[in-house]
Amino acid sequence: MKKRTLLKGAVAALALAATPALAQDKTKVGFVYVGPVGDGGWTYEHDQGRKAVEAEFGDAVETVYVENVPEGPDAERVITQMALDGADLIFTTSFGYMDPTINVAAKFPDVKFEHATGYKTAPNVSVYSARFYEGRAVQGTIAGHMTESNVIGYIGSVPIPEVVRGINSAYIHAKKVNPDVQFKIVWVYEWFNPAKEADAAKVLIEQGADVILQHTDSTAPLAAAAEAGNVIGFGQASDMAEYKDGPRVSSIIDNWAPYYIARTKAVMDGTWESTNTWDGIGPGMVGIGEITDKVPAEVKAEAEALQASIASGEYHPFTGPIKKQDGSDWLAEGETADDGTLAGMNFYVEGLEGEIPQ
Amino acid sequence: MDLSSINWLLLLASLMVAATPILLAGIGELVVEKAGVLNLGVEGMMITGAIAGFAAAVESGSPALGFLGAAVAGALLSMLFAVLTQFALANQVASGLALTLFGLGLSSLMGQSYVGLKPPSTPKLDLPLLSDIPVLGPVLFSHDLMVYFSIALVAATWAFLKYTRAGLTLRAVGENHEAAHALGYKVVAIRCAAIAFGGACAGLGGAYLSLVRVPQWTEGMTSGAGWIALALVVFASWKPWRVLIGAYLFGGITVLQLNLQAAGLKVPVEYLSMSPYIITIIVLVIMSSGRSRGALGAPASLGRTFHATG
Repeated sequence: MKKRTLLKGAVAALALAATPALAQDKTKVGFVYVGPVGDGGWTYEHDQGRKAVEAEFGDAVETVYVENVPEGPDAERVITQMALDGADLIFTTSFGYMDPTINVAAKFPDVKFEHATGYKTAPNVSVYSARFYEGRAVQGTIAGHMTESNVIGYIGSVPIPEVVRGINSAYIHAKKVNPDVQFKIVWVYEWFNPAKEADAAKVLIEQGADVILQHTDSTAPLAAAAEAGNVIGFGQASDMAEYKDGPRVSSIIDNWAPYYIARTKAVMDGTWESTNTWDGIGPGMVGIGEITDKVPAEVKAEAEALQASIASGEYHPFTGPIKKQDGSDWLAEGETADDGTLAGMNFYVEGLEGEIPQ
Repeated sequence: MDLSSINWLLLLASLMVAATPILLAGIGELVVEKAGVLNLGVEGMMITGAIAGFAAAVESGSPALGFLGAAVAGALLSMLFAVLTQFALANQVASGLALTLFGLGLSSLMGQSYVGLKPPSTPKLDLPLLSDIPVLGPVLFSHDLMVYFSIALVAATWAFLKYTRAGLTLRAVGENHEAAHALGYKVVAIRCAAIAFGGACAGLGGAYLSLVRVPQWTEGMTSGAGWIALALVVFASWKPWRVLIGAYLFGGITVLQLNLQAAGLKVPVEYLSMSPYIITIIVLVIMSSGRSRGALGAPASLGRTFHATG
């Protein structure tokens, strides 16, 4: 009797030992999302990237994700759990996951981590982000031409360099084609809160804006623009094509799929190294959604020409002369901004009103 | 700062829209609490109402059916709470919290196939002559029906609680369920009815978000509105008209702070963002101090479990 129990126990132990060995054949890739996969914006596109990884490698990979993870201590718990569950590679897809990712990575040296939009790296932590400001330059050009009230509303999410960079880039290019243009900026302090985003859009429209730019993740501002009538907006993070016949005239699309596939492959091949990736329109990490017919042909052509010159590297959206808001010099004639300054950008360029919340 | 760029009339009009979801949910919860039941599941019922209303409106093409569906869904979900607390005698606080979590999960499950769709638009009630009145017209007479319905509901609730026999009975049940039971009132039945009413109102509030204010379906879109509605009832010290004032104050500050930001007010916007909460706290402190302390009367049996013995 006792022997049998022992034997059974041994078999069970063997089975247990065998399971992880089997599981190791599959590369497990985890994703931590800040919003719901159905947000239609930021998280939706990351999840499309995850699906692309599954489609590419089929049974060789297993992907897991956790959505709606608040930035902060909760994130650390979720990432730790993912690492404990045997993930080989974990993508953490929001700026606020930076410190949690670094903390967890220190505890799991064999697990590879990839943090989106951050700047802290470690031997097993890469960072990656897209040059959204390149897309903002195209949007700004269209917005500057399209506005009739010369008031452009901008919904800011969280005051971090990435968002400030977007505001500056859009403003510079709107101003270039329309010297009378004025930006009104409203911060909602969240990446995703449809009700608040809708309110912000309505407020901007009430205060005279006829173009709404958003750096928040839901389609609520577009819905508000549609209701107002003669207001246009842009898709953010995702194409938001369902508003194509309405206010949406173009969009910035995050295309993470090629990057996710390449990094997963690197882990499978054992060639993964800690890197710092910051790609834009050229390599295709930033896509520009179809410019609709609402935009006059010559404006469309101008925007597409700008897009092409950015993609080829011929033009940099931050090319001098550009002054800072306080009137001090930033970039001299023909000078372009270096990545370090851009990555930590915490000032408005000359002409923008208001202060960046600190 | 350019305050002249703020259109104060439009601001007044939009604060009414911003306040309507919490007003609806708040007035429902007030009735529930007046009956002596503390249902913390408002957030869960609201979001369930938001998706149920959205789904009903999209499938039928009629916003009215959407609101009806939302009310039914909210009431049905609240019945779960009623069974737990009135028959199984479970703890009300725990059951309410569970209801919120359940509602959030259930709604995102129900909403899987409704992401990215547009609901049929809720028509505005354009009263031909009234909405042309300068100043008052755009503020008071150019809203959709639900805004007026929510105000009418406050008036009806007030009149019901103050002047009708049924309202008196409901309040008696909330003040002292043992005494009400001894007088022969059906405590559990009355409380179940109140809970269903609260659920229906919360559902309507949620549907107002997904059908009018945002309007679209996204997971977690109530983002705390249910909790504000709960706070509103305390803020209003269980008086219907004060729920209306509180909801408009809260909705007003939310919209105002966005307006001031857009107008370029040179005050750190963090202060503006927290201002609704600060004002709520200040009002609570003022109301619960000094002579008016007695006015802050919560129903005496609030949150206590009733079991008929003998």
